[in-house]
Amino acid sequence: MKILVCTKLVPDTSESDVSIDKTGKDIATNGLKFDINEADNYAVEEAILTREAKEGEVDVLCMAPQSADVVIRMALAKGCERALRIEDPRVNVRNPLQAAKVLAAAAKDQAYDLIFTGCMSSDDKNMSVGAALAEELGMNHAAMVKHVEIGDGKVTVQRELEGGLLEVSEVALPAVLSVQTGINTPRYAPVRELRKAMKKELKVVNLDDIGVDENQVNEAGSKVELLKLYYPEVISNAEMIEGTPEEKAEQIAFKLVKGGLL
Amino acid sequence: MNFALSEELEMIRKSALDFATNELLPYEKENEENDGLPEETVKKIYAKAKDAGFVAVSMPEEVGGGGFGTLAEVLTIEAITSVVSGAMYWLLPNPSAILLACNEEQKKRYLTPAINCEKHECFALTEPEAGSDAGNIKTTAVKKGNKWVLNGTKRFISHADTADFAIVFAISDPENRLATAFLVDKGTPGFRVGQTHKTMGYMGYHQAELVFEDCEVPEENILGEVHKGWDLSNKWLRAGRLLTAAESLGQSARAIKLARDYSIQRVQFGQPVGDFQAVQFMLAECAAELYAARWMVYKTAWEEERNPDGRAMNEMIAYCKYFATEAHGRIVDKCLQIHGGMGYMKESPIEMLYRDARIERIWEGTSQIQLRIIGNGLRKRGVLHF
Repeated sequence: MKILVCTKLVPDTSESDVSIDKTGKDIATNGLKFDINEADNYAVEEAILTREAKEGEVDVLCMAPQSADVVIRMALAKGCERALRIEDPRVNVRNPLQAAKVLAAAAKDQAYDLIFTGCMSSDDKNMSVGAALAEELGMNHAAMVKHVEIGDGKVTVQRELEGGLLEVSEVALPAVLSVQTGINTPRYAPVRELRKAMKKELKVVNLDDIGVDENQVNEAGSKVELLKLYYPEVISNAEMIEGTPEEKAEQIAFKLVKGGLL
Repeated sequence: MNFALSEELEMIRKSALDFATNELLPYEKENEENDGLPEETVKKIYAKAKDAGFVAVSMPEEVGGGGFGTLAEVLTIEAITSVVSGAMYWLLPNPSAILLACNEEQKKRYLTPAINCEKHECFALTEPEAGSDAGNIKTTAVKKGNKWVLNGTKRFISHADTADFAIVFAISDPENRLATAFLVDKGTPGFRVGQTHKTMGYMGYHQAELVFEDCEVPEENILGEVHKGWDLSNKWLRAGRLLTAAESLGQSARAIKLARDYSIQRVQFGQPVGDFQAVQFMLAECAAELYAARWMVYKTAWEEERNPDGRAMNEMIAYCKYFATEAHGRIVDKCLQIHGGMGYMKESPIEMLYRDARIERIWEGTSQIQLRIIGNGLRKRGVLHF
């Protein structure tokens, strides 16, 4: 089985404040640490688990600058076979349809049976690269996947719906599955595999190498224009009510009646 | 100059952080509260550590180790102790590099089982009358046919209570005060574990006494060469000093993170305490000291890897042990202060870090011993220019 897993590098904002850069359209990345997108980490694990169960190969695909190599190599140390990194500043990575077009161009000649992506990136939160990638490649798609069972020419997936409801679907292969966090327990890269991972293939390509017309995937070619990023104004409408418990209760009741809430 | 860590080292660090978070942190509280973990839990952790390759990271690949260097080992310890206590790190069976002195037959009985987590050793040098003054050990080894008879008492031997065998240093040539190292199995007649001390910190990592009373050890259990024990003990101490400095880096980083997070969420006088300059300055001093200590240790580990016999390596390692552990003491003290009363409570990990930090300035050679090494170097060679 030929498997691909797509990963993205995202800023780790658990300890850092996020600020907007001078353009007003992006965050200032200077000083931020970057790591693999959380959902993609689960996607890597699911890809490796699938390969372990069904044999085959797992490739990793990532569109990012060179700083992503550590994250990519970690995936290789965990058990992926080969990696491809797309590095091209012309790509408008903020637009999920354009990003998917580039990823699809890199994947199309490999005849993958199954492609895993995370269900959502923690930075842009578009939740649409997986679906757009399936569309570009003419593959089927399932989102918010919580469980995967590989069958003959098909895959049975459990999808997480609203209110804890689970849906079971059969999806014909080839397919793109966007996995939900918690689908598995991601392994850590074993130390003894790190050296081997350094020797595995990590190919770097640009738009020209994968035959993508830059006008289709650059900012000018985007049908969605990002106008600005901003922090909503912090406003406080809290009113402190003073007095004895009885007085406070009376005032609260009065305000609720006055406001038409009682 | 290039201070960037290689991709391989970055990966080791990330992997160690993941391992500590997933496999060690869940047991830290239990270890603290019960002064140790049940044997089955320890075995489970051993198995996970072996799988993940966190045993013998810097041992050569030929003997089953990770094949990485000193810097990788330093980064591993720093990463793990930035997540869990030093006691949890030392729970991992990390065979000492001096076991590489094993001959082929000894490798099968000691080194390989140690790397496979089937056996682990303790290092028995310190005695009641010989702490910093290690050369003054009183334990004797007297040759009797093809055996050596050991007599004496070792004290404060880390995890001696659970070790399967001890590397014991004894004076074999009293006239010239030369020592020999012996591999002594638990259960050897005349060898017993004496008192196990209760300690201030490092819960679960027990310090015990080892007693040798006419303990006969076969000649084939000599580690290295007869009368060359000091070479091995010096090698062990040197490695231990750098690793102690590394664990001070990790624990200092954890303390600063805890204090920083607390200072953001703790509100007094209507604002987070971290907005007060008095608190910011304390945190800033901690961060600056850690920054200095970290690069001192990384640079020395890098140097040790390339040129272990280099000029003044002992001094450089002494600089690290002295500065990183002393800075660690100052850092945890300030970080506990930032926590206020909460820092004094057992619920907060900073309380544990504060207690654990105290030993770092004592074991593997006190700060004063490190200063003595540095001072002697200054007298002989002047100020080092690196």
